[in-house]
Amino acid sequence: MYDSTLSEAYALPPERWAQKWRPATDESRLTRVVLIAIALTGLGLLVLAPLAVVFAEALAKGGVAAMASLAQPEALSAIKLTLLVAAISVPVNAIFGIAAAWVITKFDFRGKAFLITLIDLPFSVSPVVAGLALVLLFGTNSLLGGWLVASGHPVIFALPGIVLASVFVTFPFVARELIPVMIEQGRTEEEAALTLGASGWRVFLTVTLPNIRWALLYGVLLCNARAMGEFGAVAVVSGKIRGQTATMPITIEMLYNEYLSVAAFSMAGVLALLALLTLLLKTVLEWRHADQLAATRRH
Amino acid sequence: MALAMLRASRSPMPGFGLGMGITLTMLSLIVILPIGALLAKGISYGPAEVWATINTPRVWAALHLSFRLALLAAAFNLVFGTLLAWVLARYDFPGRRIVDAVVDLPFALPTAVAGIALTALYAPNGTFGSIAKSMGGKIAYTEWGILIALIFVGLPFVTRTVQPVIAEIEKEVEEASATLGAGRLYTLRRVILPMLAPAALTGFALSLARAVGEYGSVIFIAGNLPMKTEIAPLLIVIKLEEFDYGGAAAIGIAMLLISFSMLLVINLIQIWSRRRIGHV
Repeated sequence: MYDSTLSEAYALPPERWAQKWRPATDESRLTRVVLIAIALTGLGLLVLAPLAVVFAEALAKGGVAAMASLAQPEALSAIKLTLLVAAISVPVNAIFGIAAAWVITKFDFRGKAFLITLIDLPFSVSPVVAGLALVLLFGTNSLLGGWLVASGHPVIFALPGIVLASVFVTFPFVARELIPVMIEQGRTEEEAALTLGASGWRVFLTVTLPNIRWALLYGVLLCNARAMGEFGAVAVVSGKIRGQTATMPITIEMLYNEYLSVAAFSMAGVLALLALLTLLLKTVLEWRHADQLAATRRH
Repeated sequence: MALAMLRASRSPMPGFGLGMGITLTMLSLIVILPIGALLAKGISYGPAEVWATINTPRVWAALHLSFRLALLAAAFNLVFGTLLAWVLARYDFPGRRIVDAVVDLPFALPTAVAGIALTALYAPNGTFGSIAKSMGGKIAYTEWGILIALIFVGLPFVTRTVQPVIAEIEKEVEEASATLGAGRLYTLRRVILPMLAPAALTGFALSLARAVGEYGSVIFIAGNLPMKTEIAPLLIVIKLEEFDYGGAAAIGIAMLLISFSMLLVINLIQIWSRRRIGHV
């Protein structure tokens, strides 16, 4: 690479110098190609191969068989339940995320760091442990759970438990996305609006919300993907009652364990399509509104 | 409740009461009360009983397996994730943006879907599993299968924490290193990697925390043989199915404690490395 003499190099036209000599801060062409090859091979084997296999197995007996398995009453009830759980837990999480981010970024108070730690806690708790904790609090064996069941509002093995589990595992998503964006934007715009006589709600709706809308959408998107796909926590609290508390991921497990491969992978394919749609929307958001999203994204 | 204690310093901004009210109510209902109930169950069960439950060969084997494989998976992701972040941040190649988006697939793909897909691939009759079989090996239903599942779910963490840091490294730093006579590898080792260390450690910790508690993607591929390929979260599910709530709580508490102490150690290392190399 560097063994060519100066005279040889000057013999070349200037536009070819860059090919002959690379800057000292670049890797050699060979290194680049090898690193890119490792990265692409690794991603292909680890990530793309499993994705491809979902669709291959779903369509193993043709598209008609796959569609027919999704039209079964059990499958339809699972799809309905999953949509319902997401329709409840995502807005709940969005409201919590906005409230938490508002309090944390617009005010100074003691214990703020501790509050942020508590909000982050669900990330380091196993979903199964989360489900277990909910069973211990709301299950029939506990004081609260016994009373809830007696009054006709069971939480565990019912919809409320599944919603609580879904909210637990997605708890930090919206708040974590909003907090850095709102810190960066500061308080001056809101303070100006207040000085001009706007009410609190008006300030939020006309000043804050337009500033955070893309970050909010980003958080909601990730929250929705996780809420629809959660398995561990829901498996513990749902009781896996066919046609009643079996969400789509739970139904995938049941079908798979019954060796109904096409049916299991067809439902998995629906969730995989949802994941691809989530990635597509997320990528579009990142390209179009990179400046209005959290600078360092972790989730 | 604790609103008076948490009163904000004089701020003209409205909505502190409402915002804090929603935040604390949700936090209590979803996180604090359930985790509290778990700890309370452990206390009412009695420390001696908790220890007796954990101190059995089967539980030890499961805890050992979960944490050992989670560490290995996080270590793999630390290396491969950093390489991926470097390639995505520094090199231009056709399809780079699509590859960048694909990195997040393990976050978006439900774990049960990943679980059955990986099993289909690595089972003895699957695409990769049959290759292993022809060479006399077995991947699914062994520790290797669990490791692959844990690598899958933790893959994006390191890349996503390290990539923005690489993008922000100023070229001048590397130029300075080169003009002082450092080769590319030396610059990488002494200049670039130390700058990436705190972010990489954060990604490692997130990946580790995720892998330790992972359930959905593992149970399909693990085979779930007691003492051999049984992970700790599965033991909790088994205890719950036997209505042994005390036993389940004991293992849950053990997992919480080990996870938190690991995260604490990693945080300490992180503070130490930040201090050693200065502010990044």
